[in-house]
Amino acid sequence: MAKYIVKRILLAIVSIIIVSAITFFVMNAIPGGPFNKEKATSAQAQKVLEERYNLDKPVPEQYVLYMNNLIHGDWGVSLHSGRDIWGEISSRFSVSARLGGMAAAVAIVVGLILGALAALTRNKWPDRAIVFFTTLGTAMPSFVLATLLLLVFCLKLKLVPVWSSSNPNYTLPIIALSVYPMAYITRLTKTSMLDALNQDYVRTAKAKGVAGWKVIFKHALRNALIPVITYVGPMVAYILTGSMVVENIFTIGGLGSSFVTSITNRDYTMIMATTIFLAILMVIANLLTDIAYKFVDPRITFD
Amino acid sequence: MQEEKLKKRQFLSAQVDLSKFNKSQFEAASDEEKRQQDVMGESTTFLKDGMRRLRKNPLAMGSIIVLLLIILTIIVAPSIVPYSYSEIISVNGKRDKSAANLGPFEYSKAEQKYMKSSGEKLFPHILGTDSLSRDYFIRVIYGTRVSLSVGVVAAIMVLIIGLLYGSIAGYFGGRVDLIMMRIVDIIYSLPDMLIIILLSVVFNERLKPVIDKTILSVLGTNMISMFLVFGLLYWVSMARLIRGQILSIKNNEYVLAAKCIGTKNSRILRRHILPNCLSVIIITTALQVPSAIFTESYLSFLGLGVSAPLTSLGSLANDARAGMQSYPLRLVVPAVIICLIVLALNLLGDGLRDAFDSKLN
Repeated sequence: MAKYIVKRILLAIVSIIIVSAITFFVMNAIPGGPFNKEKATSAQAQKVLEERYNLDKPVPEQYVLYMNNLIHGDWGVSLHSGRDIWGEISSRFSVSARLGGMAAAVAIVVGLILGALAALTRNKWPDRAIVFFTTLGTAMPSFVLATLLLLVFCLKLKLVPVWSSSNPNYTLPIIALSVYPMAYITRLTKTSMLDALNQDYVRTAKAKGVAGWKVIFKHALRNALIPVITYVGPMVAYILTGSMVVENIFTIGGLGSSFVTSITNRDYTMIMATTIFLAILMVIANLLTDIAYKFVDPRITFD
Repeated sequence: MQEEKLKKRQFLSAQVDLSKFNKSQFEAASDEEKRQQDVMGESTTFLKDGMRRLRKNPLAMGSIIVLLLIILTIIVAPSIVPYSYSEIISVNGKRDKSAANLGPFEYSKAEQKYMKSSGEKLFPHILGTDSLSRDYFIRVIYGTRVSLSVGVVAAIMVLIIGLLYGSIAGYFGGRVDLIMMRIVDIIYSLPDMLIIILLSVVFNERLKPVIDKTILSVLGTNMISMFLVFGLLYWVSMARLIRGQILSIKNNEYVLAAKCIGTKNSRILRRHILPNCLSVIIITTALQVPSAIFTESYLSFLGLGVSAPLTSLGSLANDARAGMQSYPLRLVVPAVIICLIVLALNLLGDGLRDAFDSKLN
């Protein structure tokens, strides 16, 4: 077990270093720099700026310098706004984390309930309705759902106010982000629940006269949860990338939307910081998922 | 039957001593008895068997019909509709300034005047026109073409790379497998969407001078960069899957038998191993198409998709966002088509899984 965890952590660190290297070299390969504005800056000013942010040095050297600063906890300043990157990221992330966390919670809770319900009412109308809904949910990209929700509920029916930072209303963004993972979790729960309901221990419990709800919750659902845990890692990744468009559509100033704008601005330090930050989050989510999976299901062997 | 000289039975041998039997105790089988051994039904192949099961699945057949209808429309429509996707509506060779933002089946003032004076009927704008006076129906058709072909080409690329990589790693095993799979592990753990966005920005800018004035420039840099990105990143799960399949198949007796009679590695892979993982390959490829369409529309929606004036369903939806309050139809139509295509492909993939994966039945 300890060996497995150490191996996974090492792999995680390697992949973060690779992501940072790819991002750094790829980003520098994009033509145009952070100080190439439509309004021409004088050559002298540009030179001073480039010297100040080490942009005049060769790219590999820049990378080493950047990583060295990063290890010492220095994320640098934004080349676009001049603000401290860490402050920017943490304030934006608090918005994104609230949105993403709520979306994940909704997806898991509703997904589990619907999945269990579908398994229990197999081939009756609630099951069919849920299957219909989940198939539709997995066929709809989050941006389509988000724009349609915005169009119908915000602009046409005026049921929900348009998002503003002083009066944040998370309802629509949460729906837009959570439908896909919710549908996926419902499907997973349904198959594993059906599987669990056919197991011998469920039959034994029923034969012993255990109450119906107790069989469902204690014997079937608890075992049906295991495959759902594996989806948590990919779900975090989906919600983080999905938030890029959803935040964009609802004009929420979170981390996702800042990634897209930082690329268009060629804000090198911001691109690096957002990518590394998001990559660390995804890698940690995957790591925890894998370890949790092995803890919960003792049948899985460690290699 | 001719009298054969039988070898003398060895001591302790289990061989039946035929000399003890009298020939008259044997009787030739009658024709009727022989006929009982005949195989009456036509022998079925793997594909036929799967197709028979697929035909019984109404959802999968419905999706095939929907997909065929869409494909037929996008092939036929451009030769019927007299407008092109980048053409600004003009009447009598003059640019029609009143033709912007028309509703479905509406004619602009200039067009109405022209039709009255000449008596000739102009082709209607089925979905109206966009803000640059281009026929929206034909733009949706071309957008669907682009989105579908991105999906199919990406799936084929993923299939080829994943198949080669996975089968080599799985078949040779040992150190080759270890190194190849570590590489896959690393690529797999990268946050793909972030890399895709970055790579597509770079390829976009860097490819322009390279492909300029070649055949590839018709496709546009964005499209090629998207293919490159898919080819670089999306094959890993396919490679993993095929490796796993091959690992389990290569321990079967028929592979051992083939090895014993000295069959070459490449032939064993082609004749014995790959046909046996065909079902998994078909299903995964079918499900790869909608996921590629998903990613393409996502990128296009962020403005990183195909370059103007060419369009895809995602970029159509993105363009329509600006005027979505006044012209919601322009947003709804591409959105519905994306959902329809992805839905049909997902259902078809599920149907294929039920039909071809005998282990699940």
